[in-house]
Amino acid sequence: MYQPNEKGFYGNFGGAFIPEMLIPNIEELKSKYLKIITSESFQKEYHRLLNDYAGRPSPLFKAERLSSKYGANIWLKREDLNHTGSHKLNNTIGQILLAKEMGRQRIIAETGAGQHGVATATVCALMGLNCVVYMGETDMERQAPNVARMRMLGAEVIPAKSGNRTLKDATNEALRDWIANPTDTFYLIGSVVGPHPYPDMVARLQSVISAEIKQQLKEKTGTELPNYVIACVGGGSNAAGSFYHFLNDNQVNLIGTEAAGMGVDSGETAASMACGDLGIIHGSMTYLMQNEDGQITEPYSISAGLDYPGIGPLHAYLRDIGRATYIPVTDQQALDAVMELTRLEGIIPALESAHALATLGLLPFKTTDNVVVTVSGRGDKDMKTYMEHFKL
Amino acid sequence: MNRLNTLFQQKQNLLSIYFTAGFPKLNDTLIILKALQDAGVDFVEIGMPFSDPLADGPVIQSSSTKALQNGMSLKILFEQLQEVRKTIDMPLVLMGYLNPVLKFGVEAFIAKCEEIGIDGLILPDLPFELYNEQYRPLFQASNISNIFLITPQTPEERIRLLDQHSTSFLYMVSSAAVTGTKSGVSQHQIDYFNRINQLNLKTPRMVGFGISNNESYKQVCNYAHGAIVGSAFIKLLEQSTSLEADIADFVKSIRGV
Repeated sequence: MYQPNEKGFYGNFGGAFIPEMLIPNIEELKSKYLKIITSESFQKEYHRLLNDYAGRPSPLFKAERLSSKYGANIWLKREDLNHTGSHKLNNTIGQILLAKEMGRQRIIAETGAGQHGVATATVCALMGLNCVVYMGETDMERQAPNVARMRMLGAEVIPAKSGNRTLKDATNEALRDWIANPTDTFYLIGSVVGPHPYPDMVARLQSVISAEIKQQLKEKTGTELPNYVIACVGGGSNAAGSFYHFLNDNQVNLIGTEAAGMGVDSGETAASMACGDLGIIHGSMTYLMQNEDGQITEPYSISAGLDYPGIGPLHAYLRDIGRATYIPVTDQQALDAVMELTRLEGIIPALESAHALATLGLLPFKTTDNVVVTVSGRGDKDMKTYMEHFKL
Repeated sequence: MNRLNTLFQQKQNLLSIYFTAGFPKLNDTLIILKALQDAGVDFVEIGMPFSDPLADGPVIQSSSTKALQNGMSLKILFEQLQEVRKTIDMPLVLMGYLNPVLKFGVEAFIAKCEEIGIDGLILPDLPFELYNEQYRPLFQASNISNIFLITPQTPEERIRLLDQHSTSFLYMVSSAAVTGTKSGVSQHQIDYFNRINQLNLKTPRMVGFGISNNESYKQVCNYAHGAIVGSAFIKLLEQSTSLEADIADFVKSIRGV
């Protein structure tokens, strides 16, 4: 019931609203991805790389001091310990194997915070494939260390100079590149967004997160089902991966947190669930922020990884049917959560992940509850922001 | 039968011009249409500007951004075009992306197009399948032709499907590119045009993307019903100090007369 239909729709959301130029590529991907990623040889190589290269499984850590503070058993799913510093590598390892299987030599990607760009450049270096990453010019400035990492890894980083010069604009440029290079290029999308089959493919590749949570929680507590799973949502890939194997377990509360920026009523926000309505962005029907003329509006968040005016269609669907709840979190709440996790547990989280941590004080936990929060990435890339904000 | 069908039956070597509504100035739409008609252009594509034009290169992107900054919207465009048929006889096609149309309401949008006298629509991100399942009766009842794109990568089977469902012309994208980024006609493209001609399609083709001067116009007219010029015309509008005179000269230079 949580799989898209053959046209790629989750209820009313998703599909593939793409120009004719992209249809042959999307059709090819659609006809091959499930067969390839469910094959025994793919799964074997994918899991070998996840274990030996990415360092999985990532730990599920009982955060004792946070647990005392919030009166519940708080477990942290440590995606920040994944190689390259975020959950993004889970997806890029899978898609690079797919690209190789399909014989594509040139890899393109979009990136916001640079985490997906770094994860893509990393697997391209590993596989010896050419890599081009589109990144908004604004994001290149605020996430400069990741730009340098991508370049060290051999990727060409091309600035997107339209719009607010952030993730939306980088995605437009990547799609235009794919239109212009239809035969040799694989577009390695970093989130559960874009035309079908990307949302489903990326969700499947990230679902290793929830598969591990189930097993680890069972080992540690005797029960595999937590009471809550909490993850931040930009496009929504780490949340999709964290929710995936719990979707049919209705007793598990699924909480997504979206970036409210300066607040949902401020006009400076990226909360596409709270502030958006139905429309089409990057080939997918979903909730997005737009004006009354159907022009997509520029989002704002302190977190480059969540600074996106749309949301993956799976999340739009989960909200619509009431299976998951989405909570807006402001810049300030996220920054407070950064410092709280740092001082209570000795873990400096990424700004994106802090949006998930910021909801701990907002939910009605019981002392016996098991609450899993996915720490999607580590804070190294955000040190410039932290130095300014915390006057370090 | 709408104006497009009549035109394609009567005339060869068609020249169509694309421009973005609201560019360079908000109220230039009718001035540009009149100048194009006076210059002898066969039909026009009026671009409905969008914030995120996926299939367009930098020239049309920046004209769209400027048009939106000027305040252009579908509502204003329809107001500008309300009485267009008092002065403009040539076929008119609206071209743009699906999201603003959805927001306006597809039924309301089609009704407005019919009322004004729009002959065709090009909505690149409305996939054929969705059009066919959801919107075809609506378009047909209003006698508005939905125009499909084909590209060098489109498989024959799909070209035949699109041909079968076309009611005016097929927009033949000349190469794998976004608009306005390549120019000239290569042997590779000529092979593609020949391949399409050998399919004996029922629908006439117009070639677009990369047509910017008399040479490329004449060349593609050897292989198709005509050519569409977009980015080169936008560049002219950007620099123009006298729209009527500059547009007349531009059209002459493309036609080579």
